[in-house]
This record gives sequence, C-alpha cells and structure tokens, in this order.
Amino acid sequence: MGKTFSKPRALTDVPTHYCPGCTHGVAHRLVAETIDELGIRGKTVGIAPVGCAVLAYNYFDCDFQEAAHGRAPAMATGIKRVRPDLMVFTYQGDGDLASIGMGEIIHAANRGEKFTTIFINNAIYGMTGGQMAPTTMPGQRASTAPAGRDTGSTGMPVKMADLLSALMTPAYVTRQALLSPKHINRAKKAVKKAFEYQMNNTCFSFVELVSTCPTNWGMTPKDALKWAEDTLIPYYELGEFKTPEPEEEQ
Amino acid sequence: MAKVLMKGNEAIGEAAIKAGCLNYFAYPITPQSEVAEYLAKRLPDVNGTFVQGESEVAVGYMIFGAAGCGERVMTTSSSPGISLMSEALSYIAGARCPAVFVNIMRGGPGLGGILPSQGDYFQATKGGGHGDYHLLVMAPEGVQEAVEMTMKAFPLAEKYRGPVMILGDGLIGQMMEPVEFPDNLYAEPLNNDDWATSGMDKRGADKKNIVKSLFLNPKELNDNNLTLKAQYEQMKKEEVMSEAYNTDTDYKGLIVSYGTMSRVCRTAIDTMKEQGLEIGMIRPKTLFPFPEKEIYDAAAKESCKAVISIELSMGQMVEDVERCVRGIKPVEWYGECGGDIPAPETIADVVQSLLN
Amino acid sequence: MQKEVQFAGFGGQGILLSAKLLAYAAMKQGYNVAWIPSYGPEMRGGTAYCTVVISDRLIGSPIIKTPGHLVAMNRPSLEKFAPAVKPGGIILINSSLIPVRSGRDDVTELVFPVNDVAIEAGTVKSANIVALSAFAAKSGLVDLETLRECIKEEFASKSKVIPINMDAFDRGVKIAQQ
Ligand SMILES: Cc1ncc(C[n+]2csc(CCOP(=O)(O)OP(=O)(O)O)c2C)c(N)n1
Ligand code: SF4
Repeated sequence: MGKTFSKPRALTDVPTHYCPGCTHGVAHRLVAETIDELGIRGKTVGIAPVGCAVLAYNYFDCDFQEAAHGRAPAMATGIKRVRPDLMVFTYQGDGDLASIGMGEIIHAANRGEKFTTIFINNAIYGMTGGQMAPTTMPGQRASTAPAGRDTGSTGMPVKMADLLSALMTPAYVTRQALLSPKHINRAKKAVKKAFEYQMNNTCFSFVELVSTCPTNWGMTPKDALKWAEDTLIPYYELGEFKTPEPEEEQ
Repeated sequence: MAKVLMKGNEAIGEAAIKAGCLNYFAYPITPQSEVAEYLAKRLPDVNGTFVQGESEVAVGYMIFGAAGCGERVMTTSSSPGISLMSEALSYIAGARCPAVFVNIMRGGPGLGGILPSQGDYFQATKGGGHGDYHLLVMAPEGVQEAVEMTMKAFPLAEKYRGPVMILGDGLIGQMMEPVEFPDNLYAEPLNNDDWATSGMDKRGADKKNIVKSLFLNPKELNDNNLTLKAQYEQMKKEEVMSEAYNTDTDYKGLIVSYGTMSRVCRTAIDTMKEQGLEIGMIRPKTLFPFPEKEIYDAAAKESCKAVISIELSMGQMVEDVERCVRGIKPVEWYGECGGDIPAPETIADVVQSLLN
Repeated sequence: MQKEVQFAGFGGQGILLSAKLLAYAAMKQGYNVAWIPSYGPEMRGGTAYCTVVISDRLIGSPIIKTPGHLVAMNRPSLEKFAPAVKPGGIILINSSLIPVRSGRDDVTELVFPVNDVAIEAGTVKSANIVALSAFAAKSGLVDLETLRECIKEEFASKSKVIPINMDAFDRGVKIAQQ
C-alpha cells in the first residue's frame, strides 16, 4: 500500500481537527484516492454532514455543500437530478444517517438515486460529546445512556447495510471496516466500486465503514481498535450485501 | 433547601423534576445536551421517563402525544432543533395542549454556530410554525431565574392549555451559578378530565375526549382561533413580567434588553453611573406577552432622550420596542450575533455615542 | 467587591474542576458566584479555560475580558491571557510546563513547578488542586478550610483519592506562604 502515504490530489494540506486515532481521516483518504484514480475531481460534489465531519469541505479539494443534520441524501438528490453529469457523494455519521436522517436515506436509496453514500458507523455521536446513537451496542455506555444501552427501551443497534439491502430497488450496498490495513484495502475497493456504479449511472451505492471514536468511547486509539474488532465486527458483519446485477449474488 | 452550584442546563432539568414533570423527550444538540445527559441519569431515580428521540421532529410529536394525555412533559433543544419542532408547536397550540419547550439559543441562520445568541426572538414570539398562535415566552437572565421560570412554566402551560417556551442562550445553559429550588413554585396539575385523552375509565367518564387541530367547519376553526386570541389577551393582562433598573433616576437614555445581554447592560449602566451618566433599563422577563406599558411609560419620562434595544441579534426585539414607544422618542438598536457577547465597555461606548 | 479569576490550561488538566471548587467555596461563604466555561470549537484545539466571578453584589456581566487574576497551567494560556490581567492581580505560572514569565511588572507572579509538586504528592493528576490551593492561599479570596471541605465533598464518592488531594492541597498552600 505504498501509495497511500502520499497525499491524494483530492485532499488539501489543511491539518484536520479529528482526534488522535480517529478513523475519519482514513475514510477521507479512501474517498480522495478514488476521486483521483477515476479522474473526477473536477466534476465531483461532496455533501458534508452535521457531525465531526462537518468540516470535511476543508479537507477535500473538490466542490462541497453542507447539509442540515441528516438531510444530505435529499440534497444529493437535488444535485443529481438537476446535474446528472456531476459525481455526487454524501459522507455521513451514524447519528446523522441512521437517526435523524433515516427517512432521507431510505427514500433516496429506494428511488435508486444515482449517488454514493459513505456511512461512518462509530457507534456513538462524536461531535456532540458521546450521546447514544442508533448503532450503539447493547450495554455500551453513552452520555445519554449512562448505565449502558438498554435494549428493552431503546431496541437493538440498527444495521444500516442490512436494512437498505432489503429494499427492492437495485443498489450496491456493502459494509467494510477501517480497523486494520487488510480492512482498509478492502474498504478502498468497495469505495471505488461504489463510485464506479455511479459513474456508469447504474444505481445508488452505499458503503458502510465500521470506524472508531476513541474520544467518546473513552479509550486509547489502540484499545478502540481492539474493542471495535471484538465487539462491533461480530455484530456488524462485513461484506457485500447487495449488488445491482441479479445473477452476481453477494 | 441550601444553595447548590449548578450548570444552567442541569438546573433546568432538576427544576422540571421539582415542578412535577417526570416526562422528558429530547435529541442531543450543543449547547444544551447536558439537560438530556443530566435527566438520563436522574429520571430513573424518580421513576420518570426519558426517551432520546430519533430527531427533533419526532420529539415534537412525542411531546404532543404525552401532553395530549394531560401529563406534564418537557423538551429542551437549541435553535436548529427548535426549527424542526416548530411544526409540532403549531399543532400543539392548535390542539390546545400544555407543554414546556426550552430553547437554549445558538447563532444562526442555518447551522450558524454554537455560541450564545438571541437570534430566535422572532421565531419564539411571533410564531415559528404556521397559523395564528403564540407561545408564552419567558427569558431568564441567569441560572436561578431559569429554574424559577421552568418551574412556573408548567402551571402556566396548564392554565392556558398551550405551549410555553423558556428562551435562554448558550451562556445560561453552560454557566454555573448558585441555585435554590423554591418549594412554593410547585403547583398541583389542573384537572384535565374535560379534554385530555387520559382514558375514559381513569376519569370515570362515558364521553370521549379528542385531541386535534383539524376544524373543517369554518365557524369551528374561527372559534378555536378566537379562543386562542382571548387567551393571548388574558396573558397580556395577567402574565407580563419585567424588571426596571436604575429607573428611579433622571436617566438620559433607556435600554431595553433581556437575558444574558441585559446583565452586560446592567454592568454598563453601573459604570456609566460612576462617570455621571444615568441610564435606565427595562428588562422584559416575558417576551410574549411583552411589557408594552412598562416600556412606554419608561420612555415617556421627560429626561429620557432615546430608547435603545440591545440584543444578541441583528435587530428583532427592536421592532417590538418601536411599537411600544409609539414614536414619542427615537428608538435605536445595537447588537452582535457572531457569538461574542459584547463587553460592558462596548455597551457604554455605544450608549454614550448614541446620546451625543 | 468583585473579583474574577481565570483558570486556563490543556483539556484534561482539571481546569474546570479547580474553578468550580473555588466558586463553590466562595458560595459557601455567602458570596454571589458565577462559573463561566469556555465552550465551542476552540476546545478541540485542546485549551480549556474558565472564569470564576466572586462578588458581594448581584453579578452583572458574566463576560470578563480583563480578569483580576490568572492561573496559567500551560504556556499557550499564559501567553494568551496574561496581557489582559488587571494591574495588581496575581498570575500563577506552572513552571513545570512554562519556561517563560508573564512579562508584566504590575502584577504579582507566583511561579512554581505545579506538576512536580503534584507528583511529589502522589500523582500529576492533583496538579489542579496544588495550583488551586496555592492561588487561594496567595490571594486570600476564600477561606482555606472551607475550600478544603469543598474538595473533600467533591471527591466524596472516590474517597481513596482524598488523602492525595489533601496532601496536594497542603503542599500548594505551603509554597504560596513561603
Ligand atoms: C437539527 C439538529 N439537531 C441536532 C444537532 C446537533 N448535532 C450535531 S452533530 C450531531 C451528531 C453527530 O453524530 P454522528 O452523526 O454519529 O457523527 P460523528 O460526530 O460521530 O462523526 C448532532 C446531534 C444539529 N446540528 N442539528
Ligand atoms: S469525537 Fe470521535 S468521531 Fe469525532 S473526531 Fe474525535 S474520535 Fe473522531
């Protein structure tokens, strides 16, 4: 993976505000490399979420819009419908996409909007200081679940990739992780594939990335990776959940 | 009870419990997430209910549903979240349900910032949602007053069967001050058997209650609006609260300011006094109903040359101040709304240059 | 009488807590107090600061641009806030992390290696208590016994750490009184 150490053209030199050990930076790099490799920087529009990645437009060197909390897929729809020639991606956290923005993402996916969503699943609200997310694990502590998530009153963690792949509209839906070099290699391929589906005007494409939030998990970056590997991965299984080609199942 | 040192956000949460409200629904947003974090810990102790909704839109209707059953219920949010709740506010007002909403304002429009602001004055006092309704709006200047207003909000919401809003700002939410929870502000809930969907068995009735805001018959809709209108008129007679500062002097200028901003003005008034310039202030504690007569009377004083509305917004309350002053004195405005609260020295400079 | 004290340092140095304890002690002595934290994007940069206002009258503006005193736990805090301190104030400088001085000749500097003293008391985590007690002893703003009680109350649920913090407290007071 030697090439990953040089900065992709689609990223700026601006130092990010992410905490040490946060995987948002890795996800940015994978998207930026993909933009470079496909040569689409000049016709790409990203949509920043409301969450820790709200400042993503400072780090990506392509056009960007800033959405309201959870509404990125609706804005992406607006952009893509009036300018189908643009390459559009949303970049959203789990509070943004799976809580307040649940309606927008399901309908965009169900309409088969031809844009790409990068979904950062870190099992917590990062930006606002560690409140429970729909993806928070059973028993996991959060500032609004001080005794740990009680599934009796808050239900089970939402598996977004599984949920979206149940829709009947063709789509590319995958879940990958950013916890090890092996994961990251696979995640990179998935991101690229997602953008390629968009480029060919095939379908909506969705890449869930299992990530870490050491700060709000109250862990060192190293412990966070281990906790994610031990706790998140068994629940959030990795792999391709849906591809648009009916014969090429899973 | 002894005084305790508490953050405004936490004190508001505790005040709700002390007021007998054990039902709280919310969605996280800076600078008020501590209310939810506090109540998530505290409500289980008192057998209360806390749900983190999936969005402020959903929270608005969780409040509506609970309020429709006649239970005491509260939510807290900050500006962008209140925008999303504005639809529910309109329905709750139309269906005439008592509920308490707290807005710990941050800068706007849009995502704006997270620092203190008073940019939601219009939204709070003039509507926000659609239709002919008002909220009863109280604006605390500090943590103790936030507690008292929160405790008063529940009986007021019940008296008028409508939504009441506490309009604070990020500083009041984040700051710690000593507080007491006055026992005498607790009031027993009013009987709501004639309207709430509390279950026919529970209220021993064989007449059903319906909570709704749809009135297809023009006369019925007009009547509902007339009822609301009559209530707003009653509020104007019975609920106006304001505080006068330094108005027993021959003040040359009159400041109108509320919330955090009014505290800065108070310090500025003290400094100007030391330098020999008397300035008076009216601090509205209710923003709707607005202290119309108090402002008019204070502006009418002969020594007063001008009135100035000082707010953390680009000039919203000033429109109400102008309305109250009815042209008898010039009305000016000063404000900042990036999140930096002007220092007392800045206010003193502004007032002095406006009077010269 | 109104006094303002600004506490500043890295996030994680216990800045907000020392400020709260000072406010708490002053409240117990019957003063009006306000504790005003910084919140907002700048906190991500790792600096935390907090102002305590103590007054015998109703506190007006909680926005203090020129505090009476400063407790600076790291260098960026000293450089940023020292110029604003009112003449005659005290500036506490944590020389374990700050190799420079305030450059002011109209204030009283209290310079000592706060972190090292805390380590002697048992843990660097008690540095905020060392700084707090030293500042309180030097300034006389609050009664030391009341402050000590407030600290005990604060740690009541973690009683194991009380002895270390009391030791830290005494060390801070001693240095200030030298
Ligand atoms: C309408 C509205 N409600 C709430 C917020 C506050 N808010 C900002 S970011 C955020 C959650 C972010 O969490 P997530 O989407 O998981 O992203 P992360 O920060 O973990 O990357 C919330 C609730 C807001 N800005 N707007
Ligand atoms: S709070 Fe969590 S998600 Fe946000 S930058 Fe820090 S580690 Fe990353």
